[in-house]
Amino acid sequence: MSSSRARLGAAALALAVAASAYAAEIPRAERRSGYDFMSRETRAMQDDDTANPGMLWVLEGEGLWTRKTGAAGRACADCHGDARASMKGVAARHPSLDVRQGRPVGLEQRINACRADRQGAPPLAYESRELLALSAYVARQSRGLPIEIAIDQRTQPFLDAGRTIYHRRQGQLNLACSQCHDDNWGRQLAGNVIPQAHPTGYPLYRLEWQGLGSLQRRLRNCLVGIRAEPYEFGAPELVQLELYLMWRARGMLFEAPGVRP
Amino acid sequence: MHRRASRREFLLAAGGVAAGLGLGSIVAVTPARATPAEMQEAIRRVVGSATINPGKVKLDLPPLIENGNAVPLTVDVPSPMTAADHVRAIHVFTQKNPQPNVASFHLGPRAGRARVATRIRLADTQTVVAVCELSDGSFWSDGADIVVTLAACLEDGI
Amino acid sequence: MATALINVPARARRGEIIEIKTLISHTMETGFRRTQVGALIPRDIISRFACTYNGTEVFRAELHPAISANPFIVFSTIAVESGTLEFHWTGDNGFRVTQSAAIVVE
Repeated sequence: MSSSRARLGAAALALAVAASAYAAEIPRAERRSGYDFMSRETRAMQDDDTANPGMLWVLEGEGLWTRKTGAAGRACADCHGDARASMKGVAARHPSLDVRQGRPVGLEQRINACRADRQGAPPLAYESRELLALSAYVARQSRGLPIEIAIDQRTQPFLDAGRTIYHRRQGQLNLACSQCHDDNWGRQLAGNVIPQAHPTGYPLYRLEWQGLGSLQRRLRNCLVGIRAEPYEFGAPELVQLELYLMWRARGMLFEAPGVRP
Repeated sequence: MHRRASRREFLLAAGGVAAGLGLGSIVAVTPARATPAEMQEAIRRVVGSATINPGKVKLDLPPLIENGNAVPLTVDVPSPMTAADHVRAIHVFTQKNPQPNVASFHLGPRAGRARVATRIRLADTQTVVAVCELSDGSFWSDGADIVVTLAACLEDGI
Repeated sequence: MATALINVPARARRGEIIEIKTLISHTMETGFRRTQVGALIPRDIISRFACTYNGTEVFRAELHPAISANPFIVFSTIAVESGTLEFHWTGDNGFRVTQSAAIVVE
């Protein structure tokens, strides 16, 4: 009888360990941006604004910022003035709560909401050149600033939903994000180092894409990679994941537009 | 932006291709690859029958790159770059890309320095060759081996 | 609509060798890629880049599909006199972009 209780105790202990491992975040001191896992050459590409291909989109966004558009014939600059001042820190704080919609929205959705409400302009398609250019330009204004995601009782349920998705096994490969990015970061997968999956540089120029893309595009890639059905652009699940990933990266410095392999 | 073809549409299209070729299964398409011999031929087309000596030009490539889509490359030829003694051109070739030519850079005394940098695509682990032409009509070359790793999870199909 | 980023010093000393960095947005479609059903995507690249300095060509490059998307080219030239540097990119499907930068040489 004592041995069965011991076995039960051992099982309970194992479960407790497993549960705490499940809930474990990467300790703040060990948090590393994907930048730290890249080669010297790729880092050099990100660091040099004259060589970083992402800057082409930032430059285009700068042009779009002052272009009048929509039924209201208004430019972003007409309300927001100089983006270097007004957009400082904005990208590093998204996704954030849209009070009217009652849920958090990502930067791209915020831009489209502004277009609809203030400019009377149709939404820009996800991953369209214009939307990427505008979000790259806005994101660039947060470079060097710490990521800050504010969570209160209104946004907590969405954070929890994102965390659940992150820890859930998915796809034909039956893998959860946490298994690679929490449990095995720093190790090699098919010749590449697994990063910690902190979205510190989005939108970023991915060498694999030969172009600039959003965090949602990257998340869809990952889902295809584990042979799971990728959520559509703008799906609530993707925003919840974005919210969780940005919250998980809180305190880390924003690098947009990043360059990644 | 990417309209996901429905499974039925995809199979119909693939079946159409296979049926047209009189085959029962989907034909695998293998990527094109040049050969070292083709690279030599491409070099000959640029250089003609002149002798190519190893030396003078220095090709700088990382020994290993994480993604073959954007490999930083620098070519440098120490030269006074005077009217009497300068680098006329630098040509770059690859061994295993689908096509051996990469670029030809035309310089001259106005350049001041015979040094050009760019980013190139490499389809596989291979040797890259740079050939420079001097104002005296001589040709010099340098080669560099590079290991190319690929992304673990490819985006194909999105 | 092609965006180009050019990095040229605004001022230089006469005879100084200056480094010029150019970056232009272009997919540089190789012509070797295929669609999901096997059709070849046609080649669409920038095939030529040239820099003129007050009208005189000082640098020229012929580019092939092996040049990465969003071509990045760094080269140098001697700051001989004040004036205008012009950058010309030409390629498939009538691609033609010209940008210029002023330089003051003292």
